[in-house]
Amino acid sequence: MIDLIFNYESLRLIWWVLLGVLLMGFAVTDGFDLGIGALLPFVAKTDIERRVAINTIGPVWEGNQVWFILGGGAIFAAWPALYALSFSGFYLAMFLVLMALILRPVAFKYRSKLESPTWRRNWDWALFVGGAVPALIFGVAVGNAMMGVPYHFTNDLRPIYEGTLFGLLNPAALFCGIVSLTMLVMHGAAWLTFKSAGAVAERARSYGSLAALLTSVLFALGGAFVYLGAFSGYELVSELPTDGPSNPLRKEVIVSTGAWLANYKATPILILAPALGIVLPLFVAFGFIKRWEGVTLISSKLAIISIISTVGLSMFPFILPSTTNPSHSLTVFDASSSQATLRNMLIATAIFLPIVLVYTAWVYKVLWGKVTEDQVKKSGSSAY
Amino acid sequence: MPDSLLVDLSRLQFALTAMYHFLFVPLTLGLSILIAMMETVYVMTRRKIWRDMTKFWGVLFGINFALGVATGITMEFQFGMNWAYYSHYVGDVFGAPLAIEGLMAFFLEATFVGLFFFGWDKLKPVTHLAVTWLMALGTNFSALWILIANGWMQNPVGAEFNPETMRMEVTDFVAVMLNPIAQAKFVHTVSAGYVTGAAFVLGVSAFYLLRGQYQALAKRSFAIASAFGLASALSVVVLGDESGYSLTDHQKMKLASIEGMWHTEDAPASFTAIGIPDMEARETHYAIEIPWVMGLIGTRSIDETIPGIFDLVDRAEGHIRNGLLAYDALEEIKAGADDRTTRARFDHAQGDLGYALLLKRYVDDPRTANDDQIRQAAWDTVPGVPSLFFSFRVMVLIGFFFILLFALAVWHTAKEADLPKWLLRAAVLAIPLPWIGVEVGWFVAEFGRQPWVIEGVLPTFLAASNLTITDIVITIAGFTLIYGVLAVIEVKLMLHAIRKGPDQIVNDPSSALPGFGTPSGTAEDASKPVPAE
Repeated sequence: MIDLIFNYESLRLIWWVLLGVLLMGFAVTDGFDLGIGALLPFVAKTDIERRVAINTIGPVWEGNQVWFILGGGAIFAAWPALYALSFSGFYLAMFLVLMALILRPVAFKYRSKLESPTWRRNWDWALFVGGAVPALIFGVAVGNAMMGVPYHFTNDLRPIYEGTLFGLLNPAALFCGIVSLTMLVMHGAAWLTFKSAGAVAERARSYGSLAALLTSVLFALGGAFVYLGAFSGYELVSELPTDGPSNPLRKEVIVSTGAWLANYKATPILILAPALGIVLPLFVAFGFIKRWEGVTLISSKLAIISIISTVGLSMFPFILPSTTNPSHSLTVFDASSSQATLRNMLIATAIFLPIVLVYTAWVYKVLWGKVTEDQVKKSGSSAY
Repeated sequence: MPDSLLVDLSRLQFALTAMYHFLFVPLTLGLSILIAMMETVYVMTRRKIWRDMTKFWGVLFGINFALGVATGITMEFQFGMNWAYYSHYVGDVFGAPLAIEGLMAFFLEATFVGLFFFGWDKLKPVTHLAVTWLMALGTNFSALWILIANGWMQNPVGAEFNPETMRMEVTDFVAVMLNPIAQAKFVHTVSAGYVTGAAFVLGVSAFYLLRGQYQALAKRSFAIASAFGLASALSVVVLGDESGYSLTDHQKMKLASIEGMWHTEDAPASFTAIGIPDMEARETHYAIEIPWVMGLIGTRSIDETIPGIFDLVDRAEGHIRNGLLAYDALEEIKAGADDRTTRARFDHAQGDLGYALLLKRYVDDPRTANDDQIRQAAWDTVPGVPSLFFSFRVMVLIGFFFILLFALAVWHTAKEADLPKWLLRAAVLAIPLPWIGVEVGWFVAEFGRQPWVIEGVLPTFLAASNLTITDIVITIAGFTLIYGVLAVIEVKLMLHAIRKGPDQIVNDPSSALPGFGTPSGTAEDASKPVPAE
């Protein structure tokens, strides 16, 4: 049993799944924080409305953001080549995300410390940018990962990135960015209708149903592009041992149209993921209209999980393909850390992740219930 | 190999962002423990004053915590962004403690910090106290894992180079965790954080006492900060000495440079209290030496010698020549000659591979280096002696100063008389000192590691990403701008909160500051017990 889990091939597959789990954990928790940031100027017009919106996530955004930071750390530990290449390659895009994510915590904490309307308006802008920009750029990054980015390795395995920031902002990647933005706006709206009442919740309901509808349509459209061959995929044409050393220079890969559909042809059951990615957002839109708050929130989470799964399943075993040297592409089987590190990290995760989930759930339970204008006014000081 | 200007700019950026991040971390470490202690007293005695103290210092903690978190994000991503080759080369070892830090520590503190502020009315006092301690525990665990990662950069145990993957891979993770350098650093660093928190509480309380404001709260805060501060300051100095002792085994060059000790002396070596080290002349001018002290601190014996810089450079030259054997074997393995004898040649010398890489500054293929270049590379292993020499002495002086200050504060608090004005003034004036101490300490630890990014394994100049100068200039400018603005805002908010004072902050329901519950009474008349809620 132990051997079954701790052999190199299984460990790599488990860490590929865990990479997805981390991205999903980030998207379903911090995702609504980002979505609310992006929605803030639209759903909340007055100061008290803004405070209601912000206080629905006030006590939890900090814990949620750890998913993002943990994601960075886990990619570093489990997929060092991916960490080295993508973070240095997407340099200025990463920098923009960092700027936005630095502003956001500060905006949460500092916004309500002074009464001045100018002060608060400036921080509201910071929250908007801190929500919308990362939501967009994460999608752009995923889009680029699917299409591949220009890079190669030297024979010392030094990663050399050959592209520019503007290369990343190509139409196809921006399209993915918009899908990601509408998806997280849908999720933020679902959280707002669940956690608030009154004008904020009503506006969130209309923006949310629109965003959910757009998510479904755009995601389906993206699938159609792949199907029609507008996005090309990558195909492994040589042997790639699943338990070999992590050296990405020892295989052959070609660019091939339709390759991102190959896994679905080989294992038709996987089509469930993209199908749910189209259907669930529609259901979320319906839920908004029907005012099923809890069901809408859960469906929104499942929709996000389906959409992120679709990306991983389409690309498997690729993680980050290279457009200029396809054979240097990073895959699940030649970009991981060593067997010992994957094993140690899995043990640490098996111990600590359940603990994290238990206390996070407890915190959400303590904070259960809607945030209203009266509450924010009354507790004045104990709110943001 | 990345351009040398690019490497310098990458180092500048790392230093700027790490030192800026480290303005907030020590205060978070110290204040989290102090407010947890205050709340413990509240829960045990049910005196409302202690809850007010928890809430008031909690507000200042919150302002500081926000920036600590925000600037910490940069740190987690910067390795990949600016140090891509480093990330590839040591990610297998270095990444794990960072990831575990997120999983075990950061989640804990970040999840419970929200509840600390928002949970006063939702939780029973004992439960809220547990939340506060878990948050404090999280910040301390966080420091532990970060220093395990940093300790490995200073003393890379439990790993070896794998020619198949061209990187360092872990062989013994337990050794990485129990790295003596990491353990010594952890206790030294968190103690320094406690000193920072205590000096902050002491100074702000002294400010109130001087102005005759909020006596009840300020006196109690002064007392608890002085006791906690004294214990911490003693621990910083004693464990700092432990940290120095572990250098004797693992980072001899750093130790010799801190001492400006060019030549090996007969045991026990003397300690150069003051002098002017000269990198050109390779000697320390006007040195005033205290006999025996260095030998005793460094070796805990009177007969072991501590090697001087010249001897260590000779040793480095030997390591370089040995490393060239490993480099040669590695090139053959890469070219396909992966037979048993080549492997054996590589394994035999692989511990010195990093030293051969030092030659890449002068030649593309280290094997073609001449004797002069090898000699030059050996001298490259000497970090900037004068700056280390002076920064170390500043750090130590600040450490001893705080032992004195806190001891006087404890003494006068215990006498139960009015605290003397000069002591209160000294406490206010001392507020910035811990920050100078910790920043200078960071500099000694990391600048003293140069030219290595991983001691003996990977030279810093190879570790940077292949970026363009434009890329890095944009990000340095961006960070400087946003960090500058945030620093101004943070100080403004801190002063605003301190000026507003605990009464208003704790009791004014319309105040827009987070982190306190229902209003009742003022801090002044609230020192009598209140029934449990």
